[in-house]
Amino acid sequence: MPVTVFPKPRGALSVALQSALRDLPVNPGPCLDLAPESRDDAALSLWMLHELTYGGFDDIVDDAEDEPEIVRMRRRLEADLEASLRQDWPGAPMGVELASGFFDWVAEQDGPSLARHVQTVATHEQVLDLLRVRSVYHLKEADPTTWVIPRLPSAAKAALAELQYDEYGVGDPDRLHSHLWARGMAASGLRPENGAYVDVAPLEILEQNNALSMFGLRRRLRGVAVGHLAAFEATSSIPSRRMAQGLERLGFPAEMIGYYTEHVEADAVHEQVALRNICVTLVREEPSLETDVWFGAWTCLELESRTARAMLDSWGVAA
Amino acid sequence: MTHGARIILCPGGPLLLRGEALVEDEHGVEHRTTRPVSAVCRCGKSSVKPGCDGTHKLLPAMLQP
Repeated sequence: MPVTVFPKPRGALSVALQSALRDLPVNPGPCLDLAPESRDDAALSLWMLHELTYGGFDDIVDDAEDEPEIVRMRRRLEADLEASLRQDWPGAPMGVELASGFFDWVAEQDGPSLARHVQTVATHEQVLDLLRVRSVYHLKEADPTTWVIPRLPSAAKAALAELQYDEYGVGDPDRLHSHLWARGMAASGLRPENGAYVDVAPLEILEQNNALSMFGLRRRLRGVAVGHLAAFEATSSIPSRRMAQGLERLGFPAEMIGYYTEHVEADAVHEQVALRNICVTLVREEPSLETDVWFGAWTCLELESRTARAMLDSWGVAA
Repeated sequence: MTHGARIILCPGGPLLLRGEALVEDEHGVEHRTTRPVSAVCRCGKSSVKPGCDGTHKLLPAMLQP
């Protein structure tokens, strides 16, 4: 579904982008060449550019995603984001075999855990904060990774299609994960529409979403996308159980708890499929992509750690 | 599924069933799988048995399947 209103701009570049989008098909010309005023400005602009390839925005022409000036701006902001992530990346771990060492490697990357906070001590209001900002992703859950399917060799493609089929509810819209999330939001008294809480999403949430969309949309980054997926799934099952216990403790509605309990079992499967049938088979066919798989996995865990620190900081809780 | 159920043992982790299957738990209760692939607990500590919930990862190496 299209986003109904533009998010609040976060600087001169997002202001220029919104005005250029409204004026299409008039060529925006060089006004989109502005440097972003801040990382927030860049991240919100890139989030909007990616949104043009998902549901789009009400009253903005459907062809906006292909306008040359829009594409040029997206490439520029994506290049900046990718470069900054690659700069922070310590590199692929030495001497760790992907098939046998991946889960242990993930377990050793010990960032702060929002799920543990929710499970044990979070307040009702803190959990509402978290659900609002998580909704930026969960309302399009699995969609960024669907872009990757046509770029994979046969074995990895079949496995990813199988995993996505489960994400999409095995043919039943009432089991579709993004739909389960929307029902949980509505039952919790929160807005279930796409884009409803972008204005309250911190930079870290926007960058998490932007990285995921960029990995999905760029063929060159297919190895990064599946590495991200494997790390995401490998850090979902146990945290989802903690989230469910925390929501129960605070008396959240069954629909919201149900979203997380569904992920306890689903992601215990998906983490195995994502590693063994997607990443390992892809690297067997295209060995040069192994480094990218590790980079994607690191990006997933690093960006989640940054989000966790930002949220805990905003609540005055020590990470 | 044209091949019927396929069973895959994950080192240190669950047993994966690809395709539709009926799993009988230790109490004789039957559970029909509902996913394209399902994970069956092998460590004995899952809270959603017979399904896997990832708990094996929290166990010391010698207790992992």
